[in-house]
Amino acid sequence: MSKKIIEVSQLRKDFVVGDIVVHALRGIDLVISEGEFVSIMGTSGSGKSTMLNILGCLDQPTSGSYLLDGSRIGGMNRNELARLRNQKLGFVFQSYNLLPRTSALENVELPLFYNASVSSRERRERAKEALHAVGLSDRMDHMPNQLSGGQQQRVAIARSLVNDPVVILADEATGNLDTRTSYEIMSLFQELNQKGKTIVFVTHEPDIARLTGRSVTFRDGHILRDQQITDGLLAREILHSLPVEDTV
Amino acid sequence: MKIINLMKVALSALRRNKFRAFLTMLGIIIGVASVIAMLAIGQGSKQSIQSQISSMGSNMVIAMPASQQMGGVMQGGSNIQSLELYDVEAVSKNCPSVSHVSPEVRASGQVVSGTENWPTTFYGVGAAYLEIKKMKIESGRMFTEQEVKKAAKVIVVGQTVVEELFGKGVDPVGKSIRFRNVPLKIIGVLAEKGENTFGQDQDDVIIGPYTTVQKRILAITHIQAIFASAKNEELTDQATSEMTTALRASHQLREGDDDDFQIRTQKELVNTFSSISNILTILLGAIAGISLLVGGIGIMNIMFVSVTERTREIGLRMSVGGRGVDILMQFLIEAMLLSVLGGVIGILLGVGSSSVIGSITGWPIAVMPSAVVLSFVVCTFIGIFFGWYPARKASGLNPIDALRFE
Ligand SMILES: Nc1ncnc2c1ncn2[C@@H]1O[C@H](COP(=O)(O)OP(=O)(O)OP(=O)(O)O)[C@@H](O)[C@H]1O
Ligand SMILES: [Mg+2]
Repeated sequence: MSKKIIEVSQLRKDFVVGDIVVHALRGIDLVISEGEFVSIMGTSGSGKSTMLNILGCLDQPTSGSYLLDGSRIGGMNRNELARLRNQKLGFVFQSYNLLPRTSALENVELPLFYNASVSSRERRERAKEALHAVGLSDRMDHMPNQLSGGQQQRVAIARSLVNDPVVILADEATGNLDTRTSYEIMSLFQELNQKGKTIVFVTHEPDIARLTGRSVTFRDGHILRDQQITDGLLAREILHSLPVEDTV
Repeated sequence: MKIINLMKVALSALRRNKFRAFLTMLGIIIGVASVIAMLAIGQGSKQSIQSQISSMGSNMVIAMPASQQMGGVMQGGSNIQSLELYDVEAVSKNCPSVSHVSPEVRASGQVVSGTENWPTTFYGVGAAYLEIKKMKIESGRMFTEQEVKKAAKVIVVGQTVVEELFGKGVDPVGKSIRFRNVPLKIIGVLAEKGENTFGQDQDDVIIGPYTTVQKRILAITHIQAIFASAKNEELTDQATSEMTTALRASHQLREGDDDDFQIRTQKELVNTFSSISNILTILLGAIAGISLLVGGIGIMNIMFVSVTERTREIGLRMSVGGRGVDILMQFLIEAMLLSVLGGVIGILLGVGSSSVIGSITGWPIAVMPSAVVLSFVVCTFIGIFFGWYPARKASGLNPIDALRFE
């Protein structure tokens, strides 16, 4: 059995809004190993984003334990969490979250600015490499508003890659994109996974989930289903078979 | 994060938001510039009033008859004949702090030259008078002690009198005029002095020996005032008390008797006017303070308006590994760059506009270093604080809450 990247047990998250307590996660147990490509499915409000934000150390659980790449997250202070995000995690958001009026290259460089051990030369090199990996070598100096949604999401993926994280967390990364572009992005993720990246991918669409290696379904803060996907579908091939009209 | 990275991040953030940066700076620039300009005008007028007054002779001491109650009627000082020539003698003998002394008698009337005539005042004085009043001869000469003794019919005249009787630019030295039918020979012309602080034309004068005015015009033996100058400005108080003693002795006043004269110094006048122009400066300062406040509120507004956008930026920076301190430092550096730059531009603009206002209006302008420092410190402090404070709040949020902030 390969190395465990994420190990979560009895994870709970409550939100208190006024005098109402929302139980977003009600005791999640989940183990994700190195090299897995996991999709998280579920109805709206089932707790997917909440789960991913906690996995990404952007939010803290109410209770339960979380081990990321062998280190225990509970009890870490804010600076330690920031270091973890900086060096072990990559996050891709539904709404891209690029810095406006900032070139693609500078956006991708951003995480490395917060890593003192990376020289400015190395920073630039690695950012270029990451942009190359997502197929945007020719758009490095473009501003976000000069890029299509799909291209912006590629920049965001390059940004999540640039620090060579142990896991990439994507929350509805294809949610704002049309079918064709979604498959392009999925093809990119599959490629990255093939190269050994561990990926956790939240999505609504079963078609997209089928392109991953394992599908975990949430309902009301519980895990409803957890199954391996053995279809071996390739996004690239589906892309070829899509009728051209579909691109509209 | 390395400090060099921080600088880069702050600079690129400013570059990305040029317009917002400009608006923030504008608030600071206006605040600083207006404070400097306002106080420069106030301070300038104060200094000019002071220098005008001291150009009239700030070490001048004047003794006049006291105003007295006589049978219930208040009598004006000039109607009282309590000063005599021997008082002048007493002052010049017994007052070591006094360097010059001169009597003064005044007569008003028409001066006539050919067909021209002009109403003016004839001052009968001693030879030391010009020295005491800081007046200068432009052409010709002052009369001598000898001419005073002889009650010579010689005079020096002010520019206004020359202009009215002979026209501008004419040198009247050697010509004769008549004052109350007494022919008088012009032997000198006074240098122009302009209006004094009360708007009185100081060039509308004729000056001659006091003996001439006493004997040939007024037919009196008393004098109306004693003009003296202390050896220097610091000695005016000393000179005043010496003169009081000398005059009391000369008037044979006993202990307990009231003075039958009063002594005025130019210093008192300076003090009165300083306090008036202080009020002016305070007033302008208050206006400047308000513009500083308005500028400060402008800075605050623009900083707070941008908080939404910037909170998301902070969320993003935290999500890729920015620590709270990194983010705070970035915002602090940004705010400092903006505020200091705005402050410096404000100083330049304030000093520049002060001198432009000065040269257009002819108002005296004096830039106060304290105003420069104060406005700069206040504005940059406001800028830095309100640039930093929202960032401090945002960097304390959970990254996800900052990302979702709206
Ligand atoms: N910051 C918050 N404050 C209060 N309640 C919250 C907060 N974030 C999430 N919730 C609640 O937690 C529950 C789970 O939300 P979550 O965003 O994880 O759902 P989701 O599965 O991602 O839904 P969707 O598919 O619509 O994105 C919801 O009921 C939501 O209202
Ligand atoms: Mg969600």
